[in-house]
Amino acid sequence: MLLDFEKPIAELEAKLEGMKKIALESDVDVSDAVKSLETKIKSLKKETFSNLTRWQRVQLSRHPDRPYTLDYIYEIADDFVELHGDRTVKDDKAIVGGFGSVNKQTFMFIGQQKGRNTKQRQLRNFGMANPEGYRKALRLMKLAEKFNKPIVTFIDTPGAFPGLEAEERGQGEAIARNLKEMFMLKVPVICIVIGEGASGGALGIGIGDRVLMLENTWYSVISPENCSTILWRSWDYKETAAEAMRVSSYDMLDLKLIDGIINEPLGGAHIDMRSMAKEVKKVILQHNKELSELSVEDRISKRIDKFCSMGVVSE
Amino acid sequence: MDNMSWFKRKDKGIQTPTEAKKEAPDGLWFKTPSGKIIHTRELKNNAYVSPEDGYHVRIGSKEYFEILFDENEFTELDENMESADPLKFKDSKPYPDRIKASQAKSGLKDAVRTAYGKINGLDLTIACMDFNFIGGSMGSVVGEKIARAIDHSIQNKKPFLMISKSGGARMMEAGLSLMQMAKTSAKLALLSEAKIPYISLLTDPTTGGVTASYAMLGDFNISEPGALIGFAGPRVIRETIGKDLPKGFQSAEFVLEHGFLDFIVDRRNLKSKLYTLLKMLK
Repeated sequence: MLLDFEKPIAELEAKLEGMKKIALESDVDVSDAVKSLETKIKSLKKETFSNLTRWQRVQLSRHPDRPYTLDYIYEIADDFVELHGDRTVKDDKAIVGGFGSVNKQTFMFIGQQKGRNTKQRQLRNFGMANPEGYRKALRLMKLAEKFNKPIVTFIDTPGAFPGLEAEERGQGEAIARNLKEMFMLKVPVICIVIGEGASGGALGIGIGDRVLMLENTWYSVISPENCSTILWRSWDYKETAAEAMRVSSYDMLDLKLIDGIINEPLGGAHIDMRSMAKEVKKVILQHNKELSELSVEDRISKRIDKFCSMGVVSE
Repeated sequence: MDNMSWFKRKDKGIQTPTEAKKEAPDGLWFKTPSGKIIHTRELKNNAYVSPEDGYHVRIGSKEYFEILFDENEFTELDENMESADPLKFKDSKPYPDRIKASQAKSGLKDAVRTAYGKINGLDLTIACMDFNFIGGSMGSVVGEKIARAIDHSIQNKKPFLMISKSGGARMMEAGLSLMQMAKTSAKLALLSEAKIPYISLLTDPTTGGVTASYAMLGDFNISEPGALIGFAGPRVIRETIGKDLPKGFQSAEFVLEHGFLDFIVDRRNLKSKLYTLLKMLK
């Protein structure tokens, strides 16, 4: 699938392929033309992706080929043991987690998981967790704390599931409890927004010593579409809403609401999943090293102070 | 000017439908949803509960402070804190204009007021939300005032009462609003470490990011009869499941039944019940 702004690039790439094919099948020398076309593609790519609007980044964050939580875990961890269930109601497939080893260091990986085809999407509930998902995440975090292993969370959700059973089983309470408990975790916590960071559903696994966003992701209190529906009373102002809410990684860094941005390959994370995961791995290891040098008390108080300084008021 | 305008009152309010007047009644008579009519003075003397049908009228910080604090004596914290406009947010009108209009209409600075005083002689810090200020929405001011009120409780070893009444986080502060959920939860974690009691009173309505943070984190979560309490709003859920919602869904009684509230208290007994509980914890 191609997004609108990817299309001109794809067209040139198709032309290039055709040209190369002609060159193979005949003796015509097209090397100059190929070279100039390649340069053209490169500069168009650069131009397109360094001038993305906020809405275009939202679109990239939802790209159907974008790597999801398990893609990162399998790519980053040498071994991974997935763990299931909240020990109360059931196993929520919208949040996955388990211990994984990276360069002989064990981490607890937790994240929202989306599906790639219709069947998987249903199974994963589009990455929208029920209370069980948040409670499973908390159980795994406590397990990590018990065995003194750092925690990495991957955030990628269009929101916590707004369903009947979710309300009955306390969606609000489940998220709230995670927020409070995550502040007191004795182990390092690194949170990375890898796709969509929608509201409380994202924040429910998002309290960390480091909160990072991949370049082409969004994080806000509501999705641009829903904001548009409520404030402009129509779905059509989603682009305006994305601009007004300043949902991009660069905005969130500007507003001091996150600690850093992880750059994506030109064209987005899905263009080169391997190198994206390699970069994420590098960043995790680097931050974990810094964080493990702090004392437990220091880490917790810094974590609390950071979030407590967020917000702008006038007095 | 046509001649009909001689007879037609143009003043706003006169033609406002009764439903829109439900909050903070300032007319002489108040009509409950079941049709009971009560004099507003009598309503005030009855903790804003209709004596005939027990209907709990939506009230704000002014009324709750009056009901709870001894002799209505209290010291307000951060009373001049106001919203800034860090995002330069604009929808149909710029955010600062919306704030100013809301301030003028409500006489409030923002959607929460915080204060300390005594209830039946016991020290208590109270943060109380006002729904008539942009739907009781939580932005930086709400988060910061609650955070500081909790600090006050910790420093002075006073129990903390949070009275929630909110549609959720404030969209016009986007990411900053979202992080107020984190900030208030962090402070509540510290309050909890200090072993200071936290009572969360969820009043009609309490939804969204407020439910998913401080409102659900009480040592005691309590509510008033009939209050709407939920994470997602009823309309969103109805659209998601494509069915009508069962009767009483997301009412305080429903939430109690599902195990997320300790008890529901009639507002007329609120002060004495809080006192009884707090005294036991001393």
